[in-house]
Amino acid sequence: MRHSLCILAILVSAGAMAQTPRDFLTRFEKEAAAPAVAERGGRFFDATHGNDWSCSTCHTTRPTQPGRHAKTDKTIAPLAPAANAERFTSPAKVDKWFRRNCNDVVGRECSAQEKADLLAWLLTLK
Amino acid sequence: MKTWLALLLIALALPAWADRFSVPKHAAFDEECASCHLAYPPQLLDAVSWRALMENLPRHFGVDASLDDNRRLAITDFLTRHAGRGGSTTSSGKPLLRITETPWFRREHDEIAAPTWQRTAIKSPANCAACHTQAASGDFRERNIHIPKRGTP
Repeated sequence: MRHSLCILAILVSAGAMAQTPRDFLTRFEKEAAAPAVAERGGRFFDATHGNDWSCSTCHTTRPTQPGRHAKTDKTIAPLAPAANAERFTSPAKVDKWFRRNCNDVVGRECSAQEKADLLAWLLTLK
Repeated sequence: MKTWLALLLIALALPAWADRFSVPKHAAFDEECASCHLAYPPQLLDAVSWRALMENLPRHFGVDASLDDNRRLAITDFLTRHAGRGGSTTSSGKPLLRITETPWFRREHDEIAAPTWQRTAIKSPANCAACHTQAASGDFRERNIHIPKRGTP
C-alpha cells in the first residue's frame, strides 16, 4: 500500500513537471482569456516591432529549420516543436526565452495573446 | 645570471604561448552562455571583468541575456574561480568586458586586417569558431586555424 502510494506520488509529480507544447498553448490562451489565432502569430513572427530584429532574423521564416544567432552566428536548433521535440517542454526555459527575446525584438514582455498566437502558429508547421 | 634572465624572459613570454585552454565543464555555464555563443574560456578575462559583465546581463552587448539570481551567481562563481589574471582596463579605467579588447587578443590577432573580420563566414571577432576550428574544446592552436576565404557563406 505504501509502495503504491509512493509510485502514485512520483507519477503525479512527474506529470506536473513534464509539459507539452499543447499545455503551454492552453496556459497562454487561459491567461489571454481568448483563443489563439495561428495566422496572426505567423505575422508577428516575421515582422519587426520597432527594433532591428524580428523573431525570424535568428529563427528564419521557416523555424522547422535551424536558425543562426544574428550577432554571433551560432547555430540555433529549430524552434518548431515538429522539428525539435525539446521545444516548449520546460516552463523555466519557455519563460526565460520569451522574456529575453521579446525584450530584444519588441522592447517589452510579450502579452499572453501574442505568446498564444505565436505558439499556435509554430504548431501548424510540419 | 644569464640563465635567470633567460628564465625570466620565458616566463614573460608564457601568456603569449597560451593557445590551449582547459574549458572546465559547468552545466549552467554551458547551457546559459553557450546556447548563444562559444563557451569562451573563463581564463580570457579577469575576475573583475567577469563580475562586471555578469552584473549587466539584461544589457549584454545589445542583447537581453538576463538570468535568475541563482544561476547568475553560480555562473559568476564559476567564471571568477577560473578567471585569468589580466587586470586590463579601458582607457577610462573601467573593467574590460570584451575579450576582443584585451591586449592579449589584440596582440594575437594583429596580423588580421579589418576587412577580414567582416567576411560573411566570420562576421565578428567574437566568432572564434569561424577560424579556430577546434575553439569549442578550448584549442586555439595555429595548426587548427582555417580562415574562411572571401565570399564563402
